[in-house]
Amino acid sequence: MSNVPAELKYVNSHEWLRLEEDGTVTIGITDHAQELLGDVVFVELPSVGDVLDADATAGVVESVKAASDVYAPIAGEVVEVNVELEASPELANSDPYGAAWFFRVKPANVADLDACLTAAEYTKEIGA
Amino acid sequence: MTATTHTEAAPKTTPLYDSHVAAGAKIVDFAGWAMPIHYGSQLKEHEIVRTDAGMFDVSHMCVIDITGGEAKEWLRTLIANDVEKLGFEGKALYSGMLTADGSVIDDLIVYLTHYGYRMVVNAGTADKDIAWMLKQAEGRNVVLTVRRELAMIAVQGPNAIEKACKVLHEEWESTITSLKVFQGFPFGSVEEGWFIARTGYTGEDGLEIMLPADEAPLFWKALLGAGVAPIGLGARDTLRLEAGMNLYGHDMDETISPLQAGMGWTIAWEPADRNFIGRAALEAERAAGVAMKQVGLVLEGRGVLREGQKVVVEDIGEGIITSGTFSPTLKHSVAIARVPAGTGATAQVDLRGTLTDVRVVKMPFVRNGKKVFE
Repeated sequence: MSNVPAELKYVNSHEWLRLEEDGTVTIGITDHAQELLGDVVFVELPSVGDVLDADATAGVVESVKAASDVYAPIAGEVVEVNVELEASPELANSDPYGAAWFFRVKPANVADLDACLTAAEYTKEIGA
Repeated sequence: MTATTHTEAAPKTTPLYDSHVAAGAKIVDFAGWAMPIHYGSQLKEHEIVRTDAGMFDVSHMCVIDITGGEAKEWLRTLIANDVEKLGFEGKALYSGMLTADGSVIDDLIVYLTHYGYRMVVNAGTADKDIAWMLKQAEGRNVVLTVRRELAMIAVQGPNAIEKACKVLHEEWESTITSLKVFQGFPFGSVEEGWFIARTGYTGEDGLEIMLPADEAPLFWKALLGAGVAPIGLGARDTLRLEAGMNLYGHDMDETISPLQAGMGWTIAWEPADRNFIGRAALEAERAAGVAMKQVGLVLEGRGVLREGQKVVVEDIGEGIITSGTFSPTLKHSVAIARVPAGTGATAQVDLRGTLTDVRVVKMPFVRNGKKVFE
């Protein structure tokens, strides 16, 4: 059974979002996504300063099994990326909501978060 | 409530299905069989086989016993390698079984036994193979006995034989430890079904153990108790790819000649009058010049080579990756590819839209836990 923390927001391409106190939004891939991928071996992240549209490709996660694009769930400017994840991609399997966050954006419009899925909606989406 | 119609048959299960579920396996459909893909982490399972001992349920593969007065002469026409080479009981031979057009119906192992021959073929091709073999056996004094009542467990790794011997009959140990690579031996009567061979598909030492299906769960449990870890099909694939071994349906199939799929060494051209099925086509191909060859590719940077990606060889032509993966032992990606015969030491792979330099090497990549290519 996948872990879907109640306090986060989600999109159906399996990214999660967390609004931080400073107004930035942290983004990663869900527990369900890492389960589907299997052992993650490489992660490619966007660059700080990239301005991403919603649904734009923001990176790649490669597991032993498959390569998958990571999408920007909302529009915004990348303000920080998780270099520790690049060095230790296996964190995506072991701690998808913690140490394995992918990048942070300054959202173009923070209200975009409201259109994302709640934990309950995402849980239904993945049939968990 | 609405009625639904299921057109697809439920996947078949091996006698060890419940053992896999109990061990926490993630089950997938593999060639119509419900099989474990991993038991938690494919990478950890890979590592265990390279450093200690792991076991694979390969009961979905099909064992066929071949008897009858014409068994030997028939096999000498059925497959491209020559069973005449099987000089003593227990010796095993790897071969392709070919169409008249010289493409690969399946790859298989055949053992010489005291009662005739034992063949082991792939799961996904078994029905097709048996139909082909029955057709070729028409009018011949050959009897095919499909041994679906047998299970098969591969125990692989540097400690595999030692750990397996702990749970096998003590009086079998000296015979097992005296088996040379690519030799197998029946224990007890043919009907009892125990047959142990020093063969495998991982690039490590180990055993492939055929045994009665109803004894398999207890034996599996005993191996667990001896410290042999269950390993899924995911790690089986990364292990065999590191070992540079072909996988049917990926690195060769009925559209590919064995000469283009790295199987040239399995074709016994001599004696020249042994007219095996596919011989004329292969001789014609060889005379005309074989257009493509199988090589290993190495990507030492980031990214993973995958099956189906295009290989570009400057000024020569294009090829294709037939199997690609991240190598858990080497910590970078490797692949098996079919490329133009004139390909040299370098090539490029279309990696998600970017032409990326790769090295062309002679396989295997890993043998007995160590990197072997230059």
